[in-house]
Amino acid sequence: MRDDWLRADRLPHIYCAGCGNGTIMNCVLEAVDQLGWNMDETVFVSGIGCSSRAPGYIRTDSLHTTHGRALAFATGVKMANPSLHVLVFTGDGDLSAIGGNHFIHACRRNIDLTVVCMNNYIYGMTGGQGSPTTPIGKTSTTTPYGAAEMPFDLAELAVAAGANYVARWTSYHVTELTKAVVAGIQTPGFSFIEVRCQCPTSYGRRNKYRQPGDFITYLRESAVLKDRWDRSSAGEELPSEKFLIGEFVRRSRPAMGVPDEA
Amino acid sequence: MQGNVACAEGALAAGCTFFAGYPITPSTEVAEHMAAKLPKRKGCFIQMEDEIASMAAIIGAAWTGVRAMTATSGPGFSLMMENIGYAVMSETPCVLINVQRGGPSTGQPTMAAQGDMMQVRFGSHGDFSIIALAPSTVQECFELTAKAFNLADQFRCPVFLMADEVIGHMRERITIPDSVQIVRPKPLQEGMLPFAPEDDLIPGFAAFGTGRKIPVTGLTHNEKGYPDSTNPARHESLVRRLVDKIETVRHSIADYEIVNEEAEYVFVCYGSPVRTVQEVVQRAKTPGTGYLHLRMIWPFPEQLLSRFPNVKAFIVPELNLGMISREVERHVCVPVISAGKIGGELHAPDELVAIVEQLRSGGCP
Ligand SMILES: Cc1ncc(C[n+]2csc(CCOP(=O)(O)OP(=O)(O)O)c2C)c(N)n1
Ligand code: SF4
Ligand SMILES: [Mg+2]
Repeated sequence: MRDDWLRADRLPHIYCAGCGNGTIMNCVLEAVDQLGWNMDETVFVSGIGCSSRAPGYIRTDSLHTTHGRALAFATGVKMANPSLHVLVFTGDGDLSAIGGNHFIHACRRNIDLTVVCMNNYIYGMTGGQGSPTTPIGKTSTTTPYGAAEMPFDLAELAVAAGANYVARWTSYHVTELTKAVVAGIQTPGFSFIEVRCQCPTSYGRRNKYRQPGDFITYLRESAVLKDRWDRSSAGEELPSEKFLIGEFVRRSRPAMGVPDEA
Repeated sequence: MQGNVACAEGALAAGCTFFAGYPITPSTEVAEHMAAKLPKRKGCFIQMEDEIASMAAIIGAAWTGVRAMTATSGPGFSLMMENIGYAVMSETPCVLINVQRGGPSTGQPTMAAQGDMMQVRFGSHGDFSIIALAPSTVQECFELTAKAFNLADQFRCPVFLMADEVIGHMRERITIPDSVQIVRPKPLQEGMLPFAPEDDLIPGFAAFGTGRKIPVTGLTHNEKGYPDSTNPARHESLVRRLVDKIETVRHSIADYEIVNEEAEYVFVCYGSPVRTVQEVVQRAKTPGTGYLHLRMIWPFPEQLLSRFPNVKAFIVPELNLGMISREVERHVCVPVISAGKIGGELHAPDELVAIVEQLRSGGCP
């Protein structure tokens, strides 16, 4: 049962009403439950941010670490004991700003970790500052006149850096997301699943998606299936307000920290 | 054997099976030796992308129950500070070797210094305590590194071997015992919460994967490990315990050598300056001198300073502009002469003799 994985005595959680993080946690727990993972052989690791609070609510060993460093801590856990299942929760800021270097190196080493990034386009926990994924023109407390920097495409970054499995979905696509987590876990090596999600409080409020429902509608309407786009686009560029969802890569490059029996 | 290699051998003898590091002079030989040896012992050597990651990786590894270590020098040590605080807060046993070089900044990569003695104690933010050892011979590089693992496991804190370039690169003949004493952390008893202290203020340890479902966080937490960061009483009791579990036993765990308790002029020394002091005190022309050689600098065992009933002045020769001399000064009523020296060279014996002679003739060096 998925709910067995939650620490009942830690509720209520800190997430705002309508936050996308809870949905994503549920999908991940659904996936590990479907796979029959043993709680006692599973470690959740995270950095700092709203997203990174997820492991604390899960009834397994967990490491809630320092901002940006989750992948480096997870590397230590997995390399010291490859028989453990190690799953990382991280945020867009945690993973790609302060933790960007660890991200590309963990992809390059292709360490057998599954990483779920809750990309809400913003620094949620600190009250809505711009992040490396804030789209151009969007408002945050540190981009009051609209973000001017090009954002990262986290999924493409992971592909380029060498990860064995990369997918992107949104908090609207719960079935697909759950399947992607299962596929990522089953792929030996580094698996990266980016999830675009709503932060009504710190991002939505300043960008006309104050209602979680409006935010989810935006995510759904901006998402374009990668398979379909690849078949039909004839090489033209995706409009900048859209993004691709789906599986970006699944391959079997040499990996590290894979348990012997796999 | 070279000092750095002796550190690595000490770690291996102590059963260290995980090393994460990033190359930096003058510590690199530690990593190179571990890279050569660990894979042959089913251990893991991993060269990380930087020292922040190295420190993170050894903490992650330590939670799987293995003995984990990193080695670095000044610039890398500065990068490790945040995660050192995490190891303190999460009570993670781990060992760091700092082969000190001249700073600030990139400074003198190939020259000896002891300029990180305050950084090791106070460098990470917040109130805390750690354990720091300093070798003065290659033999001590071996012995104190092995000992550092026992202290880390016993006290569940990061333990530092504060070597310096001279000791790290010096070659001396050493004796390697067939085995070294190994003290692993006391286990987390059945029914005990993972961060509930026992009488010694230290909680029992259970590794990840052993069914105890431990939530580890750097946030102020309760005995279950759950965050509780806005409760003043919780924070105070946790942080005081983290300090007290080390500070209250500082006299019983002190590691030192005292020569000539009757001395009037007493050197307080650690690391490579100990060698110069030993030569000076043995010289016939500097009678009335003695020394306190500290192998464990932090926690600071100030009661040892009262072991010299006739002392007229303490002299603290160290490779910085006066760090441990200030600590000595805090605890005594007689003059404390800081004989700090920077630039990368050790004190010449005559420099120290001159200080004693000046004091004896009533002058103030
Ligand atoms: C070294 C360091 N710098 C800054 C912070 C402050 N901080 C905490 S969370 C955060 C941003 C988190 O953003 P993200 O990773 O996107 O997570 P979210 O809250 O949006 O889920 C920052 C900057 C910190 N904790 N540590
Ligand atoms: S601030 Fe945003 S990301 Fe954080 S809990 Fe609230 S809605 Fe979720
Ligand atoms: Mg975010």
